[in-house]
Amino acid sequence: MKTSLHGLVVAMGLVLSTSAMAADISVTVENLSHGNHFTPLLIAAHPAATHLFQTGSAASVNLQAMAEGGDIAGLVADMAAGSADVIENPAMGLLAPAASSSGTLMTAAANTHLSVVAMILPTNDGFIGLNGIEIPTTAGTYVYYVNGYDAGTEANDELVNGGGAPNVLGIPADPGGANGSGGTGVTTTESNRTVHIHRGVLGDFDPAGGVSDLDSSVHRWLNPIAKVTLTVN
Amino acid sequence: MNIKKIITTLGLASAVIALPACNSSNNTVTPTPTPQMYTVTVSNLTQNQPLSPVAIIFHGSVYRAWMSAQAASVVLEQLAEGGDNSALLADAAANADTVLTQSGAGVIPPGGSESVTVTLDQATQMSLVTMLVNTNDAFTGLNGLSLATMKVDDTLNRAVTAYDAGTELNDELMSNIPGPAAGGEGFNAARNDRVDKVLVHAGVISVDDGLTTSALNESHRFDNPVARITITRTQ
Repeated sequence: MKTSLHGLVVAMGLVLSTSAMAADISVTVENLSHGNHFTPLLIAAHPAATHLFQTGSAASVNLQAMAEGGDIAGLVADMAAGSADVIENPAMGLLAPAASSSGTLMTAAANTHLSVVAMILPTNDGFIGLNGIEIPTTAGTYVYYVNGYDAGTEANDELVNGGGAPNVLGIPADPGGANGSGGTGVTTTESNRTVHIHRGVLGDFDPAGGVSDLDSSVHRWLNPIAKVTLTVN
Repeated sequence: MNIKKIITTLGLASAVIALPACNSSNNTVTPTPTPQMYTVTVSNLTQNQPLSPVAIIFHGSVYRAWMSAQAASVVLEQLAEGGDNSALLADAAANADTVLTQSGAGVIPPGGSESVTVTLDQATQMSLVTMLVNTNDAFTGLNGLSLATMKVDDTLNRAVTAYDAGTELNDELMSNIPGPAAGGEGFNAARNDRVDKVLVHAGVISVDDGLTTSALNESHRFDNPVARITITRTQ
Protein backbone atom coordinates (compact mmCIF):
# COMPACT_ATOMS: atom_id res chain seq x y z
CA MET A 1 0.00 0.00 0.00
CA LYS A 2 2.73 2.42 0.97
CA THR A 3 4.60 1.62 -2.21
CA SER A 4 1.59 2.20 -4.41
CA LEU A 5 0.88 5.48 -2.67
CA HIS A 6 4.40 6.70 -3.39
CA GLY A 7 4.03 5.54 -6.98
CA LEU A 8 0.86 7.54 -7.31
CA VAL A 9 2.45 10.70 -5.97
CA VAL A 10 5.39 10.37 -8.33
CA ALA A 11 3.07 9.77 -11.27
CA MET A 12 1.00 12.83 -10.41
CA GLY A 13 4.14 14.91 -10.08
CA LEU A 14 5.23 13.89 -13.55
CA VAL A 15 1.85 14.70 -15.01
CA LEU A 16 1.88 18.12 -13.40
CA SER A 17 5.38 18.94 -14.56
CA THR A 18 4.71 17.94 -18.16
CA SER A 19 1.24 19.42 -18.41
CA ALA A 20 1.41 22.03 -21.08
CA MET A 21 -0.95 23.39 -23.69
CA ALA A 22 -2.07 19.91 -24.70
CA ALA A 23 -5.31 20.01 -26.63
CA ASP A 24 -5.26 16.32 -27.37
CA ILE A 25 -8.37 14.71 -25.90
CA SER A 26 -10.27 11.46 -26.04
CA VAL A 27 -13.95 11.19 -25.24
CA THR A 28 -15.89 8.05 -24.31
CA VAL A 29 -19.69 7.98 -24.17
CA GLU A 30 -21.35 5.14 -22.25
CA ASN A 31 -25.05 4.29 -22.45
CA LEU A 32 -26.28 3.83 -18.85
CA SER A 33 -29.87 2.96 -19.76
CA HIS A 34 -31.12 -0.61 -19.89
CA GLY A 35 -33.63 -0.29 -22.71
CA ASN A 36 -32.78 2.69 -24.92
CA HIS A 37 -30.34 3.10 -27.79
CA PHE A 38 -28.51 6.29 -28.70
CA THR A 39 -28.54 7.35 -32.36
CA PRO A 40 -25.25 8.60 -33.95
CA LEU A 41 -23.29 10.68 -31.46
CA LEU A 42 -22.06 14.19 -32.09
CA ILE A 43 -19.07 15.15 -29.94
CA ALA A 44 -17.84 18.70 -30.44
CA ALA A 45 -15.12 20.90 -28.99
CA HIS A 46 -16.09 24.49 -29.61
CA PRO A 47 -15.69 28.06 -28.30
CA ALA A 48 -17.30 28.94 -24.98
CA ALA A 49 -20.07 30.94 -26.61
CA THR A 50 -21.22 28.09 -28.87
CA HIS A 51 -24.19 25.99 -27.77
CA LEU A 52 -25.81 23.00 -29.42
CA PHE A 53 -28.81 23.63 -27.19
CA GLN A 54 -29.86 25.76 -24.25
CA THR A 55 -32.47 24.83 -21.68
CA GLY A 56 -35.34 27.28 -21.62
CA SER A 57 -34.78 28.20 -25.26
CA ALA A 58 -36.46 26.72 -28.31
CA ALA A 59 -34.46 24.06 -30.13
CA SER A 60 -32.81 24.98 -33.42
CA VAL A 61 -34.17 23.17 -36.48
CA ASN A 62 -30.96 21.16 -36.61
CA LEU A 63 -31.28 20.14 -32.97
CA GLN A 64 -34.88 19.18 -33.71
CA ALA A 65 -33.74 16.95 -36.60
CA MET A 66 -31.30 15.22 -34.26
CA ALA A 67 -33.79 14.83 -31.39
CA GLU A 68 -36.73 13.64 -33.49
CA GLY A 69 -34.93 11.50 -36.03
CA GLY A 70 -31.30 11.06 -34.99
CA ASP A 71 -30.00 13.10 -37.96
CA ILE A 72 -26.86 14.98 -36.89
CA ALA A 73 -25.89 16.31 -40.34
CA GLY A 74 -27.32 19.77 -39.67
CA LEU A 75 -25.60 20.11 -36.31
CA VAL A 76 -22.33 18.90 -37.85
CA ALA A 77 -22.64 21.64 -40.48
CA ASP A 78 -23.37 24.20 -37.74
CA MET A 79 -20.24 23.11 -35.90
CA ALA A 80 -18.12 23.22 -39.06
CA ALA A 81 -19.34 26.76 -39.71
CA GLY A 82 -18.20 27.70 -36.23
CA SER A 83 -14.75 26.09 -36.68
CA ALA A 84 -15.48 23.49 -34.02
CA ASP A 85 -13.58 20.21 -33.82
CA VAL A 86 -16.00 17.34 -34.22
CA ILE A 87 -16.19 13.60 -33.69
CA GLU A 88 -19.08 12.45 -35.84
CA ASN A 89 -20.81 9.13 -35.23
CA PRO A 90 -17.92 7.26 -33.54
CA ALA A 91 -20.14 4.23 -32.87
CA MET A 92 -20.86 3.94 -36.60
CA GLY A 93 -24.56 3.82 -35.86
CA LEU A 94 -26.52 2.98 -32.73
CA LEU A 95 -25.09 2.74 -29.23
CA ALA A 96 -26.88 -0.06 -27.40
CA PRO A 97 -27.62 -0.18 -23.65
CA ALA A 98 -24.37 -0.67 -21.68
CA ALA A 99 -22.30 -0.07 -24.82
CA SER A 100 -19.71 2.67 -25.12
CA SER A 101 -17.96 4.47 -27.93
CA SER A 102 -14.81 6.58 -28.04
CA GLY A 103 -13.13 9.11 -30.26
CA THR A 104 -10.12 11.39 -30.15
CA LEU A 105 -9.66 15.02 -31.07
CA MET A 106 -6.90 17.55 -31.45
CA THR A 107 -8.68 20.70 -30.44
CA ALA A 108 -7.89 24.14 -31.78
CA ALA A 109 -6.95 26.68 -29.12
CA ALA A 110 -10.28 28.50 -29.39
CA ASN A 111 -12.30 25.31 -28.84
CA THR A 112 -12.22 25.24 -25.07
CA HIS A 113 -15.60 23.64 -24.41
CA LEU A 114 -17.08 20.21 -25.04
CA SER A 115 -20.61 19.16 -25.94
CA VAL A 116 -22.16 15.76 -26.71
CA VAL A 117 -25.62 15.02 -28.11
CA ALA A 118 -27.51 12.02 -29.48
CA MET A 119 -31.16 11.06 -29.72
CA ILE A 120 -32.57 8.60 -27.19
CA LEU A 121 -34.42 5.92 -29.15
CA PRO A 122 -37.29 5.12 -28.71
CA THR A 123 -38.52 8.56 -27.69
CA ASN A 124 -40.35 11.26 -29.60
CA ASP A 125 -37.71 13.96 -29.16
CA GLY A 126 -35.51 12.94 -26.26
CA PHE A 127 -31.75 13.33 -26.42
CA ILE A 128 -28.70 13.02 -24.24
CA GLY A 129 -26.92 16.32 -23.73
CA LEU A 130 -23.60 17.38 -22.32
CA ASN A 131 -23.76 21.12 -22.74
CA GLY A 132 -20.51 23.00 -23.13
CA ILE A 133 -18.40 21.89 -20.19
CA GLU A 134 -15.04 23.60 -19.99
CA ILE A 135 -12.27 21.22 -21.08
CA PRO A 136 -9.79 21.05 -18.20
CA THR A 137 -6.28 22.20 -19.07
CA THR A 138 -4.60 19.81 -16.63
CA ALA A 139 -3.93 16.37 -18.05
CA GLY A 140 -6.10 13.72 -16.47
CA THR A 141 -9.34 11.79 -16.71
CA TYR A 142 -12.64 13.51 -15.96
CA VAL A 143 -16.09 11.95 -15.67
CA TYR A 144 -19.39 13.69 -16.42
CA TYR A 145 -22.85 12.21 -15.88
CA VAL A 146 -25.32 13.25 -18.54
CA ASN A 147 -29.08 13.81 -18.36
CA GLY A 148 -31.83 13.15 -20.87
CA TYR A 149 -33.42 16.25 -22.37
CA ASP A 150 -36.64 16.85 -24.26
CA ALA A 151 -36.23 19.07 -27.32
CA GLY A 152 -39.71 20.46 -26.76
CA THR A 153 -40.48 20.16 -30.45
CA GLU A 154 -42.86 17.20 -30.48
CA ALA A 155 -45.66 15.87 -28.27
CA ASN A 156 -44.56 12.72 -26.45
CA ASP A 157 -47.28 10.50 -27.82
CA GLU A 158 -45.07 7.39 -27.47
CA LEU A 159 -46.39 5.86 -30.68
CA VAL A 160 -43.85 3.91 -32.74
CA ASN A 161 -44.97 4.69 -36.28
CA GLY A 162 -41.77 5.47 -38.15
CA GLY A 163 -42.16 9.20 -37.66
CA GLY A 164 -38.63 10.51 -37.50
CA ALA A 165 -38.67 13.52 -39.78
CA PRO A 166 -38.95 16.94 -38.13
CA ASN A 167 -42.57 17.89 -37.44
CA VAL A 168 -43.81 14.37 -38.09
CA LEU A 169 -45.42 13.07 -34.93
CA GLY A 170 -44.27 9.70 -33.64
CA ILE A 171 -41.23 7.59 -32.82
CA PRO A 172 -39.11 6.22 -35.68
CA ALA A 173 -38.47 2.76 -34.21
CA ASP A 174 -37.27 0.78 -31.21
CA PRO A 175 -33.94 -0.77 -32.18
CA GLY A 176 -34.38 -3.18 -29.25
CA GLY A 177 -37.63 -4.45 -30.72
CA ALA A 178 -39.47 -4.25 -27.40
CA ASN A 179 -42.18 -1.87 -28.56
CA GLY A 180 -45.84 -2.67 -28.98
CA SER A 181 -48.30 -1.15 -31.41
CA GLY A 182 -51.85 0.06 -31.53
CA GLY A 183 -51.55 2.56 -28.70
CA THR A 184 -53.97 5.46 -28.56
CA GLY A 185 -51.22 7.99 -27.77
CA VAL A 186 -50.15 9.38 -24.42
CA THR A 187 -50.64 13.05 -25.33
CA THR A 188 -51.02 15.33 -28.31
CA THR A 189 -49.64 18.45 -26.71
CA GLU A 190 -46.21 19.68 -25.70
CA SER A 191 -46.73 22.42 -23.18
CA ASN A 192 -43.06 23.29 -22.75
CA ARG A 193 -41.81 24.17 -26.22
CA THR A 194 -38.29 24.86 -25.00
CA VAL A 195 -35.49 22.41 -24.32
CA HIS A 196 -36.03 20.92 -20.86
CA ILE A 197 -35.20 17.88 -18.76
CA HIS A 198 -37.07 14.89 -20.18
CA ARG A 199 -39.81 13.67 -17.87
CA GLY A 200 -39.14 10.08 -18.90
CA VAL A 201 -41.52 7.81 -20.71
CA LEU A 202 -44.76 6.37 -19.40
CA GLY A 203 -45.15 3.18 -21.39
CA ASP A 204 -47.70 0.51 -20.53
CA PHE A 205 -48.00 -3.28 -20.40
CA ASP A 206 -50.29 -3.73 -23.38
CA PRO A 207 -48.25 -4.61 -26.50
CA ALA A 208 -51.35 -4.42 -28.69
CA GLY A 209 -52.99 -1.28 -27.34
CA GLY A 210 -53.07 0.89 -24.28
CA VAL A 211 -51.95 4.50 -24.41
CA SER A 212 -48.33 3.87 -25.39
CA ASP A 213 -46.36 1.66 -27.75
CA LEU A 214 -43.50 1.66 -25.26
CA ASP A 215 -43.05 -0.86 -22.43
CA SER A 216 -42.93 0.56 -18.90
CA SER A 217 -40.51 -2.12 -17.74
CA VAL A 218 -38.11 -1.69 -20.68
CA HIS A 219 -38.06 1.89 -21.89
CA ARG A 220 -38.16 3.95 -18.71
CA TRP A 221 -35.02 5.52 -17.34
CA LEU A 222 -33.90 7.80 -14.55
CA ASN A 223 -31.10 10.32 -14.93
CA PRO A 224 -28.22 10.14 -15.46
CA ILE A 225 -28.71 8.26 -18.72
CA ALA A 226 -25.12 8.47 -19.97
CA LYS A 227 -21.58 8.80 -18.75
CA VAL A 228 -18.95 10.82 -20.58
CA THR A 229 -15.31 10.20 -19.77
CA LEU A 230 -12.95 12.89 -20.99
CA THR A 231 -9.22 12.23 -21.03
CA VAL A 232 -6.98 15.23 -21.52
CA ASN A 233 -3.62 13.98 -22.74
CA MET B 1 0.26 22.65 -4.08
CA ASN B 2 -0.75 19.75 -1.98
CA ILE B 3 1.20 17.50 -4.26
CA LYS B 4 4.29 19.58 -3.86
CA LYS B 5 3.95 19.40 -0.11
CA ILE B 6 3.63 15.64 -0.19
CA ILE B 7 6.60 15.30 -2.48
CA THR B 8 8.65 17.46 -0.16
CA THR B 9 7.63 15.34 2.77
CA LEU B 10 8.55 12.20 0.90
CA GLY B 11 11.88 13.67 -0.06
CA LEU B 12 12.67 14.41 3.57
CA ALA B 13 11.54 10.97 4.56
CA SER B 14 13.84 9.28 2.08
CA ALA B 15 16.69 11.49 3.23
CA VAL B 16 16.04 10.30 6.77
CA ILE B 17 16.10 6.73 5.57
CA ALA B 18 19.26 7.27 3.57
CA LEU B 19 21.27 8.67 6.46
CA PRO B 20 21.24 5.81 8.94
CA ALA B 21 20.99 3.05 6.40
CA CYS B 22 23.13 4.09 3.47
CA ASN B 23 24.81 0.72 3.06
CA SER B 24 21.82 -1.41 3.78
CA SER B 25 19.15 -2.82 1.54
CA ASN B 26 16.92 -3.18 4.56
CA ASN B 27 13.81 -1.29 3.61
CA THR B 28 11.78 -1.81 6.75
CA VAL B 29 12.54 1.70 7.93
CA THR B 30 9.64 3.69 6.59
CA PRO B 31 8.00 6.82 7.85
CA THR B 32 5.22 6.06 10.28
CA PRO B 33 1.99 6.87 8.47
CA THR B 34 -0.11 9.51 10.14
CA PRO B 35 -3.42 7.93 11.10
CA GLN B 36 -6.41 9.47 9.40
CA MET B 37 -9.86 9.67 10.93
CA TYR B 38 -13.00 10.00 8.85
CA THR B 39 -16.66 10.22 9.72
CA VAL B 40 -18.95 8.91 6.99
CA THR B 41 -22.64 9.82 7.23
CA VAL B 42 -25.24 8.19 5.00
CA SER B 43 -28.70 9.78 4.81
CA ASN B 44 -31.60 7.94 3.17
CA LEU B 45 -33.47 10.37 0.90
CA THR B 46 -36.15 7.96 -0.34
CA GLN B 47 -39.82 7.74 0.60
CA ASN B 48 -39.98 4.02 1.33
CA GLN B 49 -36.72 2.26 0.49
CA PRO B 50 -34.78 1.20 3.59
CA LEU B 51 -31.04 0.94 2.91
CA SER B 52 -29.29 -2.28 3.90
CA PRO B 53 -26.28 -2.09 6.27
CA VAL B 54 -23.65 -0.15 4.36
CA ALA B 55 -20.35 -1.63 3.23
CA ILE B 56 -17.55 0.92 3.45
CA ILE B 57 -14.15 0.32 1.89
CA PHE B 58 -11.12 2.59 2.13
CA HIS B 59 -8.62 1.75 -0.57
CA GLY B 60 -6.09 2.89 -3.13
CA SER B 61 -6.53 3.34 -6.85
CA VAL B 62 -7.13 -0.29 -7.75
CA TYR B 63 -10.17 -1.65 -5.90
CA ARG B 64 -13.59 -1.20 -7.53
CA ALA B 65 -16.87 -2.40 -6.03
CA TRP B 66 -18.44 -2.07 -9.47
CA MET B 67 -17.84 -0.73 -12.96
CA SER B 68 -20.72 0.88 -14.80
CA ALA B 69 -21.78 -1.00 -17.94
CA GLN B 70 -19.81 -4.06 -16.78
CA ALA B 71 -21.25 -7.22 -15.23
CA ALA B 72 -21.59 -7.16 -11.45
CA SER B 73 -19.32 -9.37 -9.36
CA VAL B 74 -21.04 -12.17 -7.45
CA VAL B 75 -20.30 -10.42 -4.14
CA LEU B 76 -21.98 -7.25 -5.41
CA GLU B 77 -24.90 -9.39 -6.61
CA GLN B 78 -25.24 -10.81 -3.09
CA LEU B 79 -25.44 -7.33 -1.63
CA ALA B 80 -27.70 -5.89 -4.33
CA GLU B 81 -30.19 -8.76 -4.34
CA GLY B 82 -30.24 -9.60 -0.66
CA GLY B 83 -28.80 -6.69 1.30
CA ASP B 84 -26.04 -8.89 2.74
CA ASN B 85 -22.73 -6.99 2.74
CA SER B 86 -20.57 -9.73 4.27
CA ALA B 87 -19.25 -11.31 1.08
CA LEU B 88 -18.49 -7.95 -0.51
CA LEU B 89 -16.61 -6.81 2.58
CA ALA B 90 -14.67 -10.08 2.78
CA ASP B 91 -13.75 -9.82 -0.89
CA ALA B 92 -12.64 -6.22 -0.45
CA ALA B 93 -10.62 -7.08 2.66
CA ALA B 94 -8.75 -9.71 0.67
CA ASN B 95 -7.74 -7.13 -1.94
CA ALA B 96 -4.18 -5.90 -1.42
CA ASP B 97 -5.32 -2.41 -2.39
CA THR B 98 -7.74 -2.20 0.53
CA VAL B 99 -6.73 -0.33 3.69
CA LEU B 100 -9.85 -0.83 5.78
CA THR B 101 -13.36 -2.28 5.53
CA GLN B 102 -16.26 -1.39 7.79
CA SER B 103 -19.90 -2.46 7.98
CA GLY B 104 -22.65 -0.11 9.02
CA ALA B 105 -24.51 -0.94 12.22
CA GLY B 106 -27.85 -1.66 10.63
CA VAL B 107 -30.61 -0.77 8.21
CA ILE B 108 -30.99 2.95 7.50
CA PRO B 109 -34.70 3.73 7.25
CA PRO B 110 -36.16 6.36 4.92
CA GLY B 111 -35.42 9.75 6.44
CA GLY B 112 -32.82 8.20 8.70
CA SER B 113 -29.08 8.45 8.70
CA GLU B 114 -26.10 6.67 10.17
CA SER B 115 -22.61 7.90 10.93
CA VAL B 116 -19.57 5.66 11.01
CA THR B 117 -16.20 6.84 12.26
CA VAL B 118 -13.04 5.05 11.28
CA THR B 119 -9.32 5.49 11.89
CA LEU B 120 -6.94 4.15 9.31
CA ASP B 121 -3.59 4.49 7.62
CA GLN B 122 -3.52 6.55 4.46
CA ALA B 123 -6.14 5.70 1.88
CA THR B 124 -6.62 7.65 -1.32
CA GLN B 125 -10.15 6.53 -2.17
CA MET B 126 -13.35 5.41 -0.52
CA SER B 127 -16.21 3.24 -1.77
CA LEU B 128 -19.57 2.52 -0.19
CA VAL B 129 -22.36 0.13 -1.22
CA THR B 130 -25.88 -0.37 0.14
CA MET B 131 -29.07 -1.97 -1.24
CA LEU B 132 -32.46 -0.33 -1.70
CA VAL B 133 -34.16 -3.31 -0.10
CA ASN B 134 -37.67 -2.93 -1.57
CA THR B 135 -36.32 -3.66 -5.04
CA ASN B 136 -35.06 -6.69 -6.94
CA ASP B 137 -31.42 -5.59 -7.17
CA ALA B 138 -31.01 -1.84 -6.78
CA PHE B 139 -28.06 -0.41 -4.92
CA THR B 140 -26.42 2.92 -4.37
CA GLY B 141 -23.14 4.19 -3.03
CA LEU B 142 -19.82 5.66 -3.97
CA ASN B 143 -17.36 4.18 -6.40
CA GLY B 144 -13.79 5.20 -5.64
CA LEU B 145 -14.35 8.71 -4.33
CA SER B 146 -10.97 10.43 -4.19
CA LEU B 147 -9.80 11.47 -0.73
CA ALA B 148 -6.42 12.56 -2.00
CA THR B 149 -6.95 16.28 -1.52
CA MET B 150 -8.84 16.07 1.79
CA LYS B 151 -7.25 17.93 4.65
CA VAL B 152 -8.26 17.76 8.30
CA ASP B 153 -11.71 19.34 8.77
CA ASP B 154 -12.53 19.07 5.06
CA THR B 155 -15.93 17.68 4.13
CA LEU B 156 -17.05 16.05 0.89
CA ASN B 157 -20.72 15.81 0.14
CA ARG B 158 -22.19 13.55 -2.55
CA ALA B 159 -25.79 13.02 -3.64
CA VAL B 160 -25.76 9.52 -5.10
CA THR B 161 -27.56 7.62 -7.84
CA ALA B 162 -29.39 4.29 -7.68
CA TYR B 163 -27.86 1.59 -9.86
CA ASP B 164 -29.36 -1.64 -11.11
CA ALA B 165 -26.97 -4.56 -10.57
CA GLY B 166 -28.38 -6.14 -13.73
CA THR B 167 -28.36 -9.56 -12.11
CA GLU B 168 -32.10 -10.01 -11.52
CA LEU B 169 -35.08 -9.07 -13.65
CA ASN B 170 -37.01 -6.17 -12.13
CA ASP B 171 -40.23 -8.16 -11.92
CA GLU B 172 -41.17 -6.55 -8.57
CA LEU B 173 -42.71 -9.87 -7.49
CA MET B 174 -43.35 -10.45 -3.81
CA SER B 175 -41.30 -13.65 -4.03
CA ASN B 176 -38.21 -11.80 -5.33
CA ILE B 177 -37.99 -8.65 -3.22
CA PRO B 178 -36.37 -9.18 0.20
CA GLY B 179 -37.37 -5.92 1.90
CA PRO B 180 -40.30 -5.36 4.26
CA ALA B 181 -42.61 -4.57 1.35
CA ALA B 182 -42.48 -8.18 0.23
CA GLY B 183 -40.32 -10.46 2.39
CA GLY B 184 -39.21 -12.50 -0.59
CA GLU B 185 -35.97 -14.11 -1.67
CA GLY B 186 -32.65 -12.30 -1.50
CA PHE B 187 -29.63 -13.59 -3.40
CA ASN B 188 -30.14 -16.07 -6.17
CA ALA B 189 -27.17 -16.93 -8.36
CA ALA B 190 -29.28 -17.12 -11.52
CA ARG B 191 -28.98 -14.03 -13.72
CA ASN B 192 -32.08 -13.17 -15.69
CA ASP B 193 -32.13 -9.40 -16.20
CA ARG B 194 -32.45 -7.93 -19.69
CA VAL B 195 -28.89 -6.60 -19.63
CA ASP B 196 -26.43 -8.35 -17.28
CA LYS B 197 -24.54 -5.11 -16.61
CA VAL B 198 -24.50 -2.49 -13.86
CA LEU B 199 -26.54 0.44 -15.19
CA VAL B 200 -28.44 3.37 -13.76
CA HIS B 201 -31.69 2.06 -12.27
CA ALA B 202 -34.84 2.93 -14.19
CA GLY B 203 -36.90 3.16 -10.99
CA VAL B 204 -39.67 0.87 -9.84
CA ILE B 205 -43.06 0.88 -11.55
CA SER B 206 -45.38 -0.42 -8.78
CA VAL B 207 -48.93 -1.76 -8.85
CA ASP B 208 -50.21 1.81 -8.81
CA ASP B 209 -48.60 2.55 -12.17
CA GLY B 210 -49.82 -0.44 -14.10
CA LEU B 211 -47.61 -3.36 -13.11
CA THR B 212 -50.43 -5.48 -11.73
CA THR B 213 -48.12 -8.23 -10.46
CA SER B 214 -45.92 -5.82 -8.46
CA ALA B 215 -45.60 -6.19 -4.69
CA LEU B 216 -44.67 -2.54 -4.55
CA ASN B 217 -46.96 0.48 -4.42
CA GLU B 218 -46.45 4.09 -5.36
CA SER B 219 -44.61 4.81 -2.11
CA HIS B 220 -41.71 2.60 -3.15
CA ARG B 221 -40.88 4.65 -6.23
CA PHE B 222 -37.75 6.78 -6.10
CA ASP B 223 -35.81 9.25 -8.15
CA ASN B 224 -32.16 10.28 -8.04
CA PRO B 225 -30.48 11.11 -5.82
CA VAL B 226 -31.54 8.39 -3.38
CA ALA B 227 -29.01 9.12 -0.63
CA ARG B 228 -26.60 11.74 0.55
CA ILE B 229 -23.14 10.70 1.71
CA THR B 230 -20.97 13.08 3.69
CA ILE B 231 -17.34 12.38 4.49
CA THR B 232 -15.52 14.53 7.01
CA ARG B 233 -11.86 14.11 7.82
CA THR B 234 -11.32 14.79 11.51
CA GLN B 235 -7.69 13.77 11.83
